[in-house]
Amino acid sequence: MTPSRKLILAGAALLVAFGIAACGEREQVVVYKQGKYQGKPDTKPWENDPGASLYTSSKWNKGDKTSWESAVRTRNLAQNEYTRAE
Amino acid sequence: MARMKFLCDAERCIECNGCVTACKNENEVPWGVNRRRVVTINDGIVGAEKSISVACMHCSDAPCMAVCPVDCFYRTDEGVVLHDKDLCIGCGYCFYACPFGAPQFPQAGAFGMRGKMDKCTFCAGGPEKDLSEEEFAKYGSNRLAQGKLPACAEMCSTKALLGGDGDVIADIYRQRVFKRGKGSEVWGWGTAYGKPDRKKAQAGAKS
Repeated sequence: MTPSRKLILAGAALLVAFGIAACGEREQVVVYKQGKYQGKPDTKPWENDPGASLYTSSKWNKGDKTSWESAVRTRNLAQNEYTRAE
Repeated sequence: MARMKFLCDAERCIECNGCVTACKNENEVPWGVNRRRVVTINDGIVGAEKSISVACMHCSDAPCMAVCPVDCFYRTDEGVVLHDKDLCIGCGYCFYACPFGAPQFPQAGAFGMRGKMDKCTFCAGGPEKDLSEEEFAKYGSNRLAQGKLPACAEMCSTKALLGGDGDVIADIYRQRVFKRGKGSEVWGWGTAYGKPDRKKAQAGAKS
C-alpha cells in the first residue's frame, strides 16, 4: 500500500469515527433515585409493653407482632356496627 | 396485616367535624395546623352535597417522600408515612407535592416564619421513644403503640371515617354497600372518577 493510500484510508477512518460519534445520545431526563431515610430509627408498636400507657385497653405480648396485629384487628372490627348490632 | 389506610364514606359523613376535633384534642395540634379537614362539595345543593374527611393518605408511593431534599420521611412496617422533625428544614416541597394538602406548617413570629412540617401520623407518633413526652410534643399521640387506632376514625359518630388495616376496612365498607342494596357497580371507574349527574343536582336544588 502506498503512503498516499494509507493517508486516505486513515482520513476516511477518522471521518467515519467522527460521524458515528454524533449518533450517540445522552439521557436528557434526570432519573430520580429514591433517597434513604436519614433520621433516627423508630421502634415498632408491638415492641412496647401493653401496660406502658395508662389507658391501654388492648392486650398483646410484648415483642410479638402477631398478637399485636390481632389486638388491632379486634379493635378494627369494632368499627363495623353491623356485627355489633346483630 | 395489610397497610394501614383511611377510608371515608361520603354517604355517611355529616360534616360534623368530630374527626377534626378528635385529632386536635388527641395530638394537641397547635393553632393554624389542621392535620385533618372535612371537605364539602356541592355545598347547599340538595341531593348533591357530599362531605369527606381528608388527611394524609399514607400513600404507597408517597410524593412527599420523593421530593424531600433531606430525606426525613420513612414508612413503617404498617405502611404509615412518618417523618423526623429533627431533620425537616421546613422547605415546603412536600406541601407542593402532596395532592391532599396534608403537610402543614405552623407559623410563628411577626413575619409568619414557616416551622417544621406537621402532618397526620395515623396516631403512630414518630422517631422518638414510644409514648415519651418528647414524642408527644413533636408528633402527638402514639395510639398504635397502645394497640389502638387513630382517634379520628374511632371517634367518628356515624362511622363514616374508617381507619385501620386496609383489608378489614374495605370489607366493612363492602358490607355496607351491599346492605344499601348496591352491588359491583359502585366499585367502577365511573364511581371513582365520574362527574355527578348535573341535571339531577339542579332538579334537587329547585325542589
